[in-house]
Amino acid sequence: MIIHKLHLPLSNSDISRLKPGDKVLISGTIYTARDQAHKRLIAMIDNGEVLPFDLSQSALFYCGPSPKAEGKVCGAIGPTTSSRMDGLTLPLLENGLKVMIGKGERSDQICERIKAHGAVYLTAVGGISAVLSRSIVSCETFLWPELGAEAVHIMHVIDLPCYVSVV
Amino acid sequence: MRIVSRETIHRAICDAIREITFNNDPAVITGINQALATEKNELVADVLASISTNNTIAPEDQIPLCQDTGSTIIIADIGSEVIIPGACLQEIADQAAAEAQCSIPLRASIVSEPLFDRANTGTNSPVILHINQVKGDKLQLQIAQKGGGAENMSFLIMFPPTTPLQTLKDTIVSRIIETGSRACPPLIVGIGIGGNFERCAYLAKAALFEPLGREHPDTRYAELEQGILDEINAKGSGAQGMGGNLTALAVHIIYEPCHIASLPVAVNLQCHAHRHTHIVI
Repeated sequence: MIIHKLHLPLSNSDISRLKPGDKVLISGTIYTARDQAHKRLIAMIDNGEVLPFDLSQSALFYCGPSPKAEGKVCGAIGPTTSSRMDGLTLPLLENGLKVMIGKGERSDQICERIKAHGAVYLTAVGGISAVLSRSIVSCETFLWPELGAEAVHIMHVIDLPCYVSVV
Repeated sequence: MRIVSRETIHRAICDAIREITFNNDPAVITGINQALATEKNELVADVLASISTNNTIAPEDQIPLCQDTGSTIIIADIGSEVIIPGACLQEIADQAAAEAQCSIPLRASIVSEPLFDRANTGTNSPVILHINQVKGDKLQLQIAQKGGGAENMSFLIMFPPTTPLQTLKDTIVSRIIETGSRACPPLIVGIGIGGNFERCAYLAKAALFEPLGREHPDTRYAELEQGILDEINAKGSGAQGMGGNLTALAVHIIYEPCHIASLPVAVNLQCHAHRHTHIVI
C-alpha cells in the first residue's frame, strides 16, 4: 500500500500520482458540506454569486460533526454517505472542486466527471470518529449555523487518513 | 404492583446513552480484532486496524464512536405489574434523550418533519419507542443509537409464500452486497420474517439487539442464519467495501406467525459501531 502525505491545495501533479487503493494523509484546510449545504452552494452558483470559499484550494468533506464537548478541539468527525451528494456534485466540479472526502461508492456518471475534471474522490473509514478526531487541529462553524450539523464547518487537519477511491 | 419512578427511568436511560456513545459492543470489538489478526491484505488490515483503534480510544478520548450519534431507539418490555406514576414512557424517553444530547453532547440528527421544512428538533428527540407489555414486575429496556447510513440501506420485501428458500437467501444476500460500503460494514444483519408489513420491520430491528454469537433456538433458522452469513462473507466485499471476508459479523433472525397469503421479510442493517445496551429496572 502506497502512502502519500499531501498538503492542500492539491496540485494537478499531486493528483496525477494517486491511484485507487493508495492511502493519503491529508493536511490543510477543509470545509464540511452535506446535503443541505450542497443545495445552498448550488443555489449561489445558479444566482451568479461568488462562493464563500475557493473550491479549488481546499477539500469538501461530506461530514456533519457532533458538537464539541467543553475543553475539546472538536466533536466526533467522520464521513457520511457520498452517493447522496452525487446529484449535487457536477456544478461544484464545474466551479473548480478538486477534492472530495466521503464514504462509499459514487455513481458511474460522477466517477466519470471526477476523472474528466482532474479531481479526486477520497474515502475515509466510517464509524472511526475518535481516530479521525485526533487529526483535527480546529473545527469551527463557517457558514449557515442555522443548519446545525449540516452547516459548513471549517477544519484545519493534519494527516487525516483517507484512501483514494476515484481519480 | 411495583412502582418505578420517572426519575429512575430517566437516569437509567441517560446513563445508558452515555455508555453506548463511547463503548462498542464487546463482541464486535472481539470480532474485529480476530479478523485483523488473520487479515493478509494490507489495505483491509489498515481499515480493520483503524476500527479496532477507534474502539479503544473512543472511551479514552471521550469522543463518540461515530459522528452520527444516531436516533435513539428503545424497545421497552414493561411488566404488567409495573406502574410509572405521573408520566408516560415516551415523555420520559424524549426528555432523557434531550438531556443526553445536551450534556454529552450528541449530534442533533432528528428533523421534526421529513419532507418540506426538515427543521431540526435540536434535541435529538423524539425517541423511536416500541412498547411491549409482558408479565412480571420488571421494566426491561433495549437502548440503541442507530446511525442513518445503515438504516438507509435496510429493506423490506413481501415475498410470495411459496418462494424457494434459496431464492429468498439469494435475494437477501445480493441486496446486502449491493449496499457496498454505504452501510459501514462489517455489518450486523437483523432479519424479521413473518408478522405483517410493519411487524416484520420491527422484528428485524429487535433481531439486531440479540447477543452476537447466540444460537437460534430453532435449528432450521440457526442454519439459515449461518448460511446467509457465509454467503455474504463469501462475496469478498469486506470491511468498508475494501475487500476481505468480513462483510458481516452476524445474522440474526426473528420469526413470527403470519397470514397464509404472506411471507414478509425485512432486513435491518447495523454498522460496526454497534451501540446498544440492555437494562433491567
